[in-house]
Amino acid sequence: MRSLPKDLATAVLAMVVLTVICGVLYPLAITGIGQVAFHANADGQLVSVHGHLVGSRLIGQNFADPELRDGAPVLHAGQPVTTPDPRYFQTRPSGTTPADNAAATTFANLGPNSTVTLRAIQTNIAAYITLNGRYVPGGLTAGEVPVDAADTSASGIDPDISPANAEMQAYRIAAVRHLRLGTVRHLIRTYTGGRGLGVLGEPSVNVLELNLALDRISH
Amino acid sequence: MTVSGWLTILLFVAVLCATAVPLGTYMAAVYSGRRTWLDPVLDPLEHIIYRALGVDAEGGQDWKGYARSLIFFSLVGWLMLYVLIRTQGLWNWTGLNTQSFHAMPANVAFNTVSSFITNTNWQYYSGETTVSYFSQMVGLAVQNFASAAVGMVVAVALIRAIASRSGTSLGNFYVDLVRTILRVLLPLSIVVAVLLMSQGVIQNFHAYVSVRGLTGLVQMIAQGPVASQEAIKELGTNGGGFFNVNSAHPFENPTAFSNFVEMLAVLLIPAALVFTFGRLVGSRRQGLAVFSTMMVLFLGAVVVAYVAESHGSPAQHAAGLHTAYRNGAGGNLEGKEQRFGIASSVLFNVVTTVTSCGAVNSALESYTGIGAAVPFANMSASETIFGGVGSGLYSILLYVLLAVFIGGLMVGRTPEYIGKKIEAREIKLVAIGLLLTPLAALFTTALATASRAGRASVDTAVTGSGPQGFSETFYAYLSQANNNGSAFAGYSGLVQPQPGNLGAHGITFADLTGGLSMLFARFTPILFVLAVAGALVSKRVAPVGLGTMRTDNATFVVLLIGIIVLVGALTFFPALLLGPLVQGLTGHLYG
Repeated sequence: MRSLPKDLATAVLAMVVLTVICGVLYPLAITGIGQVAFHANADGQLVSVHGHLVGSRLIGQNFADPELRDGAPVLHAGQPVTTPDPRYFQTRPSGTTPADNAAATTFANLGPNSTVTLRAIQTNIAAYITLNGRYVPGGLTAGEVPVDAADTSASGIDPDISPANAEMQAYRIAAVRHLRLGTVRHLIRTYTGGRGLGVLGEPSVNVLELNLALDRISH
Repeated sequence: MTVSGWLTILLFVAVLCATAVPLGTYMAAVYSGRRTWLDPVLDPLEHIIYRALGVDAEGGQDWKGYARSLIFFSLVGWLMLYVLIRTQGLWNWTGLNTQSFHAMPANVAFNTVSSFITNTNWQYYSGETTVSYFSQMVGLAVQNFASAAVGMVVAVALIRAIASRSGTSLGNFYVDLVRTILRVLLPLSIVVAVLLMSQGVIQNFHAYVSVRGLTGLVQMIAQGPVASQEAIKELGTNGGGFFNVNSAHPFENPTAFSNFVEMLAVLLIPAALVFTFGRLVGSRRQGLAVFSTMMVLFLGAVVVAYVAESHGSPAQHAAGLHTAYRNGAGGNLEGKEQRFGIASSVLFNVVTTVTSCGAVNSALESYTGIGAAVPFANMSASETIFGGVGSGLYSILLYVLLAVFIGGLMVGRTPEYIGKKIEAREIKLVAIGLLLTPLAALFTTALATASRAGRASVDTAVTGSGPQGFSETFYAYLSQANNNGSAFAGYSGLVQPQPGNLGAHGITFADLTGGLSMLFARFTPILFVLAVAGALVSKRVAPVGLGTMRTDNATFVVLLIGIIVLVGALTFFPALLLGPLVQGLTGHLYG
């Protein structure tokens, strides 16, 4: 049987060696590889317009305008109240505070059998219909609202929406921006990512890229 | 449900089998000291490490010596991580605390450190508002490697005991530990980290970036060395997210392909170890029997969850939503990401709850009653469906010994497994070893449900109304006892009024009960497994005869599945009924 101090010393040394290898050398090596081989990815795919950072391709954004009263932003529970900007495609409902907070992500944690969830979904459906309903030929009912537009995303910063959701918002975008519907639909197809390897995940439309493309062709 | 959804599941199983078999062969070489292609680089390095540690690389340890080294190593790891986490502010000189976060409160630190030491990675804290890059990288991620390796070496010790022909040696703990990390975990982590970065997982040390969006709203975007930690988080079945929303965060899991890589990384080692087992005991059919058992239970779980989530939730239907699949969207997308959809979300969460990984790419709390009953059931099977790295294999081997014993009783033959007689001493150790984890889970759940202190963690106004509140609590303690770490995230143990821990405090009951449960349910079963190994190692191998009950055929697989399901159901069914099942079966809305 080995002595107690010797066992302790071995354990401490082992932890120190492992910390140097796995906690210092390994992440530094990966950082080196990432910064050289995948520089844009490693820094979070940040997007600049005219030299100013406007977001990250991977991070959902709240395309909304702050509500103003007498020139000052209206606050609710310390956060500015915003209304969706009709000129932009809207991302999915977010459970973070404020919406699409990429520095403090959280799940909404809405249970499947909860009236709280029911009310949240109803609110999201109503907001979607208010925003888009009058532009959609024949109007919009709850049953036609795409599921991803009514359900909260997981991360709260989901950068994507479903093609169904984008197609529905296209009517509004075309009307508000005075664009042909065909032009908007063409843009949607351009910024729709297919399934990984043809089968993985779902086709998704990157909302920031789509909105940037819209801004490039109209204001 | 979609065709591509089913194809995703099939493709995953196919790629898993195709990669696990060669890795299993490679690991068999690593653990039996045979030549591998990394020898020229690693042999000299390992010798330097052994000399520095004062370890006799040739000298074996009996089960007590092996256990003693393991306990000392884990104890020292616990203390070092606790000090590091609590002194977070003292390391600001490294420049790796860009947001100047204060240390987390003591009770939360106790829970967190116990969680990472035990390969659980249960998180009451939120990564991007609580922990500095330094604490993540030099503290938490190191235990991702170490705790995973501890699980693996225990499995290896048990395999050696079953395969052994003479002597009492189970191998050397430190040699196994170092070889596991240098020859298995690190090389695979580098490969996975590079694959993930190619998909968009970030890896930098920048401060959080502030951007002004298209409508003028300011958005703060968290950064960090994510890819290096993400790789080992999956490979070591750890599961502790760099960010609060774990693998749902686009910086941790940016594409459906990265999601596939992560799922594969989670199941790869647990699946491969089964083939390693087959090789080391000299019968690949024995490994295949265990693998088949795991795969049958796994596929059952996937199918049930996929069907349930595709159908949608009662709340969605009450709101008038049509949940049938339509052009990229359908099913219960509440708490799921668009790029994954239903199939890749469900598959990910089944993968991480059958193993002890516990990473999530969608909100478990928002799964339908039946969809959520699947992760409950997965954990109720006590890590036998692939399970954590190492811990999965040693857990199912305990069940195998139990099945051999019961099977032997039924047909009136002496119970034997791969030539080793299973006698009273072993079966006592097995039975107690198997009951410790359920005991910890049910005891802590009962305590938390019945006490005011336990209920303080449930937010009855929003997430935890009705049976959901019980589900939340039960899931929290089941997950911690099984060293899984996934969560119904509504259950809280840290109150953080603002990012950075200023004014934050923990919920002592939840932090301490959970922490103690994790430690108990990790290390006592390990001691029992090593004791079983100690009992088996010196037994003479009986030749296979006509009277030997076969353990490598379909009959035995069915018996094993039956016993795993029966033990899990008998232990957990009443509790499951009160939470997810009542929700899934009634469709009633509460609150």
